[in-house]
Amino acid sequence: MSEPTSREFVLVEGEDARRDPVRLVVIQGEERPPVHAADEPLVMTFPHLLLREAIAFLALSVGLVVLALVADAPLEEIANPEKTPNPAKAPWYFLGLQELLHYYPPVISGVLLPGLVVLALAVIPYFDINLVRPDLWHGPREAVRRRVAWFYGAVAVLTVVFFFTGAHPVYPILGPLWFVAVAAGLPLVAPGSRWIGRWLGRRSLAFFVFLWFLLCAVTLTLIGVFFRGPGWSFTLPWRDGVY
Amino acid sequence: MGRVLAALTGNRVWRSIVRHGAPDSNRNRALIIFSNFFLHTHPVKARLRAIAFTRTFYLGILSASAFFLLTVTGIFLMFYYRPAVPEAYEDMKDLEFVVSAGMFLRNLHRWAAHAMVALVFLHMVRVFFAGAYRPPREFNWVIGVGLLVLTLLLSFTGYLLPWDQLAYWAITVGTNMANAVPVLGPDIRFLMLGGNTIGENTLIRFYVLHCMVLPLALILLLSVHMWRVRKDGGLYIPPDEPPASKDGETGGKAS
Repeated sequence: MSEPTSREFVLVEGEDARRDPVRLVVIQGEERPPVHAADEPLVMTFPHLLLREAIAFLALSVGLVVLALVADAPLEEIANPEKTPNPAKAPWYFLGLQELLHYYPPVISGVLLPGLVVLALAVIPYFDINLVRPDLWHGPREAVRRRVAWFYGAVAVLTVVFFFTGAHPVYPILGPLWFVAVAAGLPLVAPGSRWIGRWLGRRSLAFFVFLWFLLCAVTLTLIGVFFRGPGWSFTLPWRDGVY
Repeated sequence: MGRVLAALTGNRVWRSIVRHGAPDSNRNRALIIFSNFFLHTHPVKARLRAIAFTRTFYLGILSASAFFLLTVTGIFLMFYYRPAVPEAYEDMKDLEFVVSAGMFLRNLHRWAAHAMVALVFLHMVRVFFAGAYRPPREFNWVIGVGLLVLTLLLSFTGYLLPWDQLAYWAITVGTNMANAVPVLGPDIRFLMLGGNTIGENTLIRFYVLHCMVLPLALILLLSVHMWRVRKDGGLYIPPDEPPASKDGETGGKAS
């Protein structure tokens, strides 16, 4: 153990709590929000918060009950291993992954990419870039110029990767990538505009990366749910219906 | 009426269960939270700007609400369901044509399940954009990712139970992906299915996971999740956000 600094207390360790006085309060180095925000309006949890929670629960219940009254859960004929439907679709929240199967072999789209996504989500709070979250284009001119080069270099590399490594160009990933690249660049082009300059210009790199992930997930899922038909061919839901 | 209420809540038995008086003072309002096992994950007081609807859209409590609805409807469905082939499918038909309000029960369970997947995902998105995973809350975010995975697994295992074509082939597509795991793939798939193809063994495995293992795991993680929010000082508010003024102009109305 290292020497305690002057700010730390040393807890006396022992089995007998009466002989070794127990400290009731240990001030840790961590900072808790209420320490800073004590001087602001507070309300009693009962009734103010509990009432809101009850309303939220009841609103959801009413909404789902109405839905359950007007829309029936699907039930097709009994499971038959001999008769493969075309297309055979996974539950809707996995259709993004199934859509990826169209571009990459199962080991990438079914194992590697979802594994990486879950891993990436889990480690978000342990990276400085997510914790500090400075404005992407904030700082001295030279630093900003360097960051622009890195950022658009990465966009270019990812574009090449998702254009050439799949069986087809992976547009559901490329589209969101280009959208985010344009959105992130707008404050550089038009810093004076109110919405672009002020709001978008204050977003961090973490914001844009997560936005890309989010748009990819939504796009892939929407395509898988609405735009894929027999043999995983591209269909239009308003012309051919939803499979 | 007042006398009946007083007699009802003033006697020894009532006071042995509920130890505080009516919520007519802030002390008793605090005790409602403080002395209640189920409510003690809440603080006694809440910051007005933390409970504003537009801050969180109540996505956390809505996710938990969906889970509660699913638990209740799920228990009722268990009374009518046998995880066997072909009984499982026959029970679906019974729910539709024989059981009173059986179709309504199944509808509510299914729509609530879809809603929960969406709500949990939206909750995660909201928490990310708020930056609420920052220290000391890092690990609670990881627990939240675990809860998202559990939610997906719950929904996935439940998807097979009706034993219709939709269920069978959706699970076929899903479990075929497990096949692609290097080296261990076929073994993992065999373990999941209880065989080389989806059959009655799979149905029982998914049933036990869906009704026992996964819900218990979710309740456990959810408890830790909420307890840690409480321990970390309640709802996250960015430190650079200007504090609300004393008369509460940023937090909506408190009656």
